[in-house]
Amino acid sequence: MPKEEALIKLIYLTAAVLFILGLKGLSHPRTAVRGNLLASVGMLLAIVATLTDHRIVDFRIIIAGFVVGGLFGSLLAYRAPMTAMPQVVAIFNGLGGGASALAVGAAFEEALKGEWIEEITIQFSSSAAAAALIGGVALTGSAVAFLKLQGWMTEKPILLPGRHAVNILLLIICIGLSTWHVLGYTPFLFTAPVAAADGLRGGVVADDLRQSFQQQGLELSAELHVKSLGENQWQITDATKKDTFVVRLDAGQLTIHDRSALPFWIMVGVASVLGILLVIPIGGADMPVVISLLNAYSGLAAAGHGWVLNNSVLIVAGSLVGAAGFILTALMCRAMNRSLANVMFAGVGMAVSTQAQADDIYAGRVKSASPEEVAMLMDGARRVVIAPGYGLAVSQAQYAIQDLTKLLESRGVEVEFAIHPVAGRMPGHMNVLLAEANVPYEKLKEMDEINPTFRQTDVVLVIGANDVVNPLAREADPSIPIAGMPILEVDQARSVVIIKRSLAPGFAGIANPLFAADNALMLFGDAKDMAMRLSAALKES
Amino acid sequence: MEQFVAALTIFVLAIFVGFEVISKVPPLLHTPLMSGANAISGITLVGTLITSGARLTTLTEILGFFAVAMAAANVIGGFLMTHRMLGMFHSK
Repeated sequence: MPKEEALIKLIYLTAAVLFILGLKGLSHPRTAVRGNLLASVGMLLAIVATLTDHRIVDFRIIIAGFVVGGLFGSLLAYRAPMTAMPQVVAIFNGLGGGASALAVGAAFEEALKGEWIEEITIQFSSSAAAAALIGGVALTGSAVAFLKLQGWMTEKPILLPGRHAVNILLLIICIGLSTWHVLGYTPFLFTAPVAAADGLRGGVVADDLRQSFQQQGLELSAELHVKSLGENQWQITDATKKDTFVVRLDAGQLTIHDRSALPFWIMVGVASVLGILLVIPIGGADMPVVISLLNAYSGLAAAGHGWVLNNSVLIVAGSLVGAAGFILTALMCRAMNRSLANVMFAGVGMAVSTQAQADDIYAGRVKSASPEEVAMLMDGARRVVIAPGYGLAVSQAQYAIQDLTKLLESRGVEVEFAIHPVAGRMPGHMNVLLAEANVPYEKLKEMDEINPTFRQTDVVLVIGANDVVNPLAREADPSIPIAGMPILEVDQARSVVIIKRSLAPGFAGIANPLFAADNALMLFGDAKDMAMRLSAALKES
Repeated sequence: MEQFVAALTIFVLAIFVGFEVISKVPPLLHTPLMSGANAISGITLVGTLITSGARLTTLTEILGFFAVAMAAANVIGGFLMTHRMLGMFHSK
């Protein structure tokens, strides 16, 4: 190994270590900022080391790519409101996966021209196919997730007839095309006199073969490399024109073929369609799972790219991200007591209960309160817990909630937040929103930590959450979509106040008996508006 | 084959390290974890640079440009956004 190459590889190793340390830093809010910085330094090192590669002869396209991508990325990173984090993450996810798919495609096109690598090995072509398949799914899947989260497309599941069969068919087509691509697709170009084969055996291109090329309009330069690909098969690479041909001797004639990436690119197209079809049947509240899974895919695609290039830092970084994505996917599924297959394919999110069932549960039992009444209730409380859900993000109520929290604390009330793992549209969504509004992170309690404290809680304020506080989840009835899902046990508190626009069901499409419970009060209205009116009422009392 | 085994070794070990490190991240930081990990997956950028700078064919240049732009957006945007997000988490 030349010295320069060894040096680059050592820098890649350093980058990989920095990525691991960076992720390790994220295990505590105090060390997290430094962790992110370490990871970005690792990335910078890897980029700078790569830029010294002697194969790079022109920096214009690289600079153009950096300017376009960098501007877009930083604009998004600085301008996007915290409530839009899930869709921004979806965009970045998709871009990463798509970049991997395009990059392995480019690497394959280069290899077809006889560049960089000695021969196209099975490792090379099969990992290129895998990376492109996963990257293509990540690209379009994330695009659909973005459209759903941004509200440019319905958040409801779109259930196409026969969708499972279509998905399986598309996957089989992808695998078939990949196999074709790995075996090598070499479309026939033209035939030539057999005599020229003698020249090929000797490692030179005979004049009559050169003439045959010329007749086809394929001018060969003087710089030709002939390589034997086994008996009666050769590869001619034109080093000047960057073109490669496969010559076969069979049935008494010499046939000239061109190796083509066509099956590869068709496969990328089919994978992109598959990505769309996989995400459209998934409803809005299941987005935390989808985003985690797409995150894992973008990591795996990068790792696959690393397999193609035999580049260790790509493999390490990609596998780390893949692991992160799969861990989060598993955690999100567990928090809903559903299998990944159920989230991905069952199309949960269609209305289940009928109006009649809802009326049955709610009839005459739902008590509505005014902000003044609730303010009085909270003023006399010792401990208040706020349980936020996606409705908080929708109405951008985080600042109003923080004002209310401060006011309560100034009156000696202890206030904490109960965060369900799947509250919101991505893992940890509620934490980021509340942190943005200056809520100290010590107050943001995980479900397992806060559930035992509800019995000692005077008032729970449920804001924009529904399914994650629905006591029906405790039932074992399999007809209930959320059966067995761990919930925030808010109904155990002395009183529960639910801020909600109406009694409309949540994402799971079922009525919530909590709203009709004896200790429950409904505060009908917009989350932000009601939080502000509660603060105003508290100030007056 | 030798290369394949070496790559597989790195791959498997990295996945184990990933599981160990990431399972210690508290739910509080799951969003920054996701966006930070996302930025790291933009490492694919490293593989796209050579393609874009080698001036091989128009096709690889076009592919290279889009790959660099997409991966650069992922890396730069991802790290900046994670930084912005983490800056909001503060103690009492």
